[in-house]
Amino acid sequence: MDDYLAISALQHYAYCPRQFALIHIEQAWSENRLTAEGRLLHERVDAGYAEQRRGVRYERGVLLVSHQLGLTGKADLIEVHSPNEGKQESPRYFPVEYKRGRPKIEDWDRIQLCAQALCIEEMRNTQVTEGAIWYWQVRRRKPVIIDAALRQTTLDVIEAARRMLLSGETPPPIDERRRCKACSLAELCNPKAFARDRSVSYVNAIFQESDDPSEDSQE
Amino acid sequence: MKKLLNTLYVTRQESYLHKERETIVIKNGPDKLAQFPALAIGNIFCFGQISVSPFLMGYCAEQGIGLAFYTEYGRFLARVQGKPTGNVLLRRTQYRWADDPDKATDVARLMVAAKIANCRSVLLRDLRNHGENSSLKQAAKKLAVSLRQVQSAHSVETTRGIEGEAANSYFSVFNERLRGSHFRFDGRIRRPPTDPVNALLSFAYSLVTQECVSALLGVGLDPYVGFLHSDRPGRLSLALDLVEEFRASWADRFVLTLINRRQVCPEDFETEAGGAVRLTEKARKELLVAYQERKQTEIMHPYLHEKVPIGLLPHCQAMLLARHVRGDTRYYPPYLVK
Repeated sequence: MDDYLAISALQHYAYCPRQFALIHIEQAWSENRLTAEGRLLHERVDAGYAEQRRGVRYERGVLLVSHQLGLTGKADLIEVHSPNEGKQESPRYFPVEYKRGRPKIEDWDRIQLCAQALCIEEMRNTQVTEGAIWYWQVRRRKPVIIDAALRQTTLDVIEAARRMLLSGETPPPIDERRRCKACSLAELCNPKAFARDRSVSYVNAIFQESDDPSEDSQE
Repeated sequence: MKKLLNTLYVTRQESYLHKERETIVIKNGPDKLAQFPALAIGNIFCFGQISVSPFLMGYCAEQGIGLAFYTEYGRFLARVQGKPTGNVLLRRTQYRWADDPDKATDVARLMVAAKIANCRSVLLRDLRNHGENSSLKQAAKKLAVSLRQVQSAHSVETTRGIEGEAANSYFSVFNERLRGSHFRFDGRIRRPPTDPVNALLSFAYSLVTQECVSALLGVGLDPYVGFLHSDRPGRLSLALDLVEEFRASWADRFVLTLINRRQVCPEDFETEAGGAVRLTEKARKELLVAYQERKQTEIMHPYLHEKVPIGLLPHCQAMLLARHVRGDTRYYPPYLVK
């Protein structure tokens, strides 16, 4: 179980592989406002108990695992929809993830939700075709279809993240600086200093200083 | 970049420190001497008979606030440490490198190169500020030779040898840099220092070394395993490695300023029966204040291209060393005085 990936780590990897490496390989964690607020929100969500309303059971903070994929994590909320009266069907599982921010064009929130769906499918031997992400900032729920393309993207990220974890290497900062602005690890990562390795010319300059034979002290 | 947090030096005997919500309270008997927001404190150094509540100790460990105890005379006694930070891969690589002659030389060479370059820079700066001085000029020339030698040093031993020679060239003219006739310097004497100038140097080095220990622990490196300084039980080898870059421009200059501005006088020192010279308690307190003030001075970091207070230099360099060990840079970029 030790080398299982956390579902939340997939989102880190999709956002920025270096962020993933700093958190999961280097065990660095720097809380900023965004993550702190996210945590509070999650604490509120996780604190709830299961409730039952009109044929739907709402379960919060549900533990998930996939032994096939080596994933483990928690779903903020799973809605379990009972099958209609008299039908011999299994219940329908509908994962909901809570996010602090606003809907994003990129895939990283959806990847996390899809990974949850994959775990539910294995654990409950069922098909999860749909879920939703609840965005706190806009107070809106966005449906997510768990289609073949999203599944493939998610599997690719799982594969790539595991490879990185096993290698133990931290990659350089990504070129997309916009993401650094909202990153809770920016101070630790220091993208400005490490985007390009300037150490070679810097070190060469130490020795060139002394090649000045004049010892001139005019500046 | 991190913020430079304050270091709290507690020197009043019989003081008691405890935590009150998110603040640190200093009491003496029933009197509250001071209260600080914990978020503003980076280190707490206690000198002599000072007690600290276990809850504050736990809080310091958890928050990464350095908490250390010294005798009244500044000899290190103990440090409170929580769970180690950082990752095991970083420390594993550090140990491997320390055992690998090539890797150790690679890092040690650059640390010594920076030390020598910085010694030379401060001498050249003195020449600019105080006019011609043939012995200073001569020493700067010798240091340039040492710097060239260290560029092609192929072992840690050779590097240490060159470093020793460079230190001799540098200290041979240290007395020339003292203005006024209060104090003389006839060579570096340590353990124990037997004259005021050496006592001041030892005092300044130990302050900066402790900052380096905290900085290394903060980034997850092991301060006891160095590249230039070999392992000895109880020796903070990596912290001693890291100090090298700061000696001339930070510690020595601090000492020279104190002497040349007449901020210390012969009455500030006492001689023990055994001949060791140390600062009086009153003088030590005054110097700690001066040292704290010096730490606030901002400089442009030559590699990070950011303005940082001098007090953050150990953190910057510890961070750069950790990132080098983790493979972000091909070489360790040591600190250079500009």
